[in-house]
Amino acid sequence: MPTFEPVLSRNWNIADSHTLKVYESRGGYQAARKALTTMAPDAVVNLVKDSELRGRGGAGFPCGLKWTFLPKDRKETLMCINADESEPATFNNRFLMEKDPHQLIEGILIACFATKATTAYLYVRFEYIHAYKILEEAIAEARAAGHLGKNIYGSGYNLDLWVHRGAGAYICGEETGLIESLEGKRGWPRIKPPFPAIEGAFRKPTVVNNVETLCCVPHIIERGATWFKSIGTPKSYGPKLYTVSGHVEKQVCVELPLGVTCRELIDVHAGGVWKGRKAKAAVPGGISMGLLSADELDTPLDFESLRKPGCLGLGTAAVTVIDDHTPIIDYLLNTSRFFAHESCGQCTPCREGTGWMEKTIHRIKAGGGRIEDLDVMLHLANNLGIMPGTTICGLADGAAWPIKNAVTKFRGELEDYIRSHQSPAAQVTPLQISIAQGRPVELSPNGGLPILNGPPPARALHAPDGRGV
Amino acid sequence: MPAEAPIQPPRIAILTDPLKEKIRALFPRYPSKRAATLPALHMVHAHLRCVPLQAMSEIAEILEITPAEVHDTMSFYGFFPQAPLGDVRVWMCRSISCMLRGGDELLEHACDRLGIESGQTTADGKLTVEFAECLGICDFAPAALADDGRVFGPLDGPKVDAMLDELKRGRRDDPPRV
Ligand SMILES: Cc1cc2nc3c(=O)[nH]c(=O)nc-3n(C[C@H](O)[C@H](O)[C@H](O)COP(=O)(O)O)c2cc1C
Ligand code: SF4
Ligand code: FES
Repeated sequence: MPTFEPVLSRNWNIADSHTLKVYESRGGYQAARKALTTMAPDAVVNLVKDSELRGRGGAGFPCGLKWTFLPKDRKETLMCINADESEPATFNNRFLMEKDPHQLIEGILIACFATKATTAYLYVRFEYIHAYKILEEAIAEARAAGHLGKNIYGSGYNLDLWVHRGAGAYICGEETGLIESLEGKRGWPRIKPPFPAIEGAFRKPTVVNNVETLCCVPHIIERGATWFKSIGTPKSYGPKLYTVSGHVEKQVCVELPLGVTCRELIDVHAGGVWKGRKAKAAVPGGISMGLLSADELDTPLDFESLRKPGCLGLGTAAVTVIDDHTPIIDYLLNTSRFFAHESCGQCTPCREGTGWMEKTIHRIKAGGGRIEDLDVMLHLANNLGIMPGTTICGLADGAAWPIKNAVTKFRGELEDYIRSHQSPAAQVTPLQISIAQGRPVELSPNGGLPILNGPPPARALHAPDGRGV
Repeated sequence: MPAEAPIQPPRIAILTDPLKEKIRALFPRYPSKRAATLPALHMVHAHLRCVPLQAMSEIAEILEITPAEVHDTMSFYGFFPQAPLGDVRVWMCRSISCMLRGGDELLEHACDRLGIESGQTTADGKLTVEFAECLGICDFAPAALADDGRVFGPLDGPKVDAMLDELKRGRRDDPPRV
């Protein structure tokens, strides 16, 4: 096999890699020049389509195909670049923006030219304070040098690029949540259809793409679709940035072909599991993707293979390693706490289900667990986001996979934990697992439906038969 | 004798004219004025370190929306306080990669040392400690982020102490001048 040559990260080790001078000296903006001055927009779209570049933001939707969904007779197109990157354990977009912002700007320029967008918004989470400053500087440099603005490279094509900062909400990474947030509203995802390509930001046809997706575009223009498809597995093409964190010696971000395994990432690139321990499990792609057990670590990280061990997908290819000293209940509590905190609250199964899940796991952790809780949790997880049409966005689905995977793959350990940690205190006064704030309820051991435990406070909703709603 | 009209406190504008101009300068970027809500909130926050009610209604006036709409947006996000927090705000991450390396315990340790709960400000008004969901700096896990952009990590007990001492000395960035 030929050795892999990193492209997305090729400038990272060069001094001042974030400056226009260095980027141009490394052949930067030549791909954009080529696209704008020698290609028609449709030709660019077709080239990206041929490369079969799939979105790197989590869902893995083919990028070129998405661009073809824009209405043919559109008057205006908007481009939103998703740099919200809030999926826990994911930080590759940060590297791309801090170390080589011009690569991203060039990708945006080509993508906007291809989709005929003349305004682009780069939605950056506010926590990326350093990246934000670097991007603002780089955009100013690019504008001054004529890579943005009016009549770029004499092609007659104009592009404005603005940075729009978020304010601390995971849900604004979801494409329609991002659009709402951009419009100045709270980041509540929209019911689809209409898809953003038809009616997105400000009701105009809108393309939403991830930072890493767009960073691939200049290289596809430069080297062609065949080159791109020569990297990776027979079905998942191209280079990919992997982040590895958690219980490893070195927490890193590395570029490798799609399809490397968790084991290779841990052992070769992250210096092994920390403190000479063994891995108990690994999260393969940001926490919403679920969990691989230690004997599944050889699963290739690509768009197809992760379904087999029961994960949701590749996600952001952000690997988190969990060592064999960590109780799996801690992982469960952490993920459920995250989703309960970040659910935007529009859909009942998501809002109530994630809260319920967190409280149940909290109770188990505190010693008030029962074996039946595990089945109730599986039942809940299987209905949380999967039941078609019950939730607006994918957050609920993402919340369910960690539970499904952990309860299925680590059932023995969880049962042992429940039995060996039963604390008399938690048994006598079961922890409140209120689904509506402030309402004391307890999980019914038989049906899994909440039963009121004590008088409901005034104005609380409850069904006439005394069961919780 | 007719009741005396209640004396309204004079309405003192919070937003200065140059700041208002800065907000208006955002309009050409977006097809709607309302889209300037988040950037405007960020600008006001950068100056006042909070967004009080009066500022919200002044923003609303500029954007030609209702104060309720500004408040609706603002309160959805965890970022904007209505009254000033500490001189420095620090977020300590509690998400998966940080938690695995002791993030939860370190947050507790920081709060214990300062005698506050997460989300509160120290009595001397110097420091606010908040928990955060993944800050995107997991390569520094367990990590923390100060609101002037300083990144701390990988942390342990003594490093948290050192971080708090350093942060109590104040912000490192220059406040914006308008
Ligand atoms: C809850 C949720 C959070 C998401 N967060 C992000 C994010 O932070 N960054 C991102 O690029 N995509 C995120 N996505 C995926 C986006 O909705 C969208 O699919 C993606 O930005 C499209 O870009 P791509 O096709 O280039 O991958 C999220 C999706 C969901 C359901
Ligand atoms: S699924 Fe959850 S996060 Fe998504 S829109 Fe519904 S309530 Fe909000
Ligand atoms: S998990 Fe703490 S910064 Fe990402």
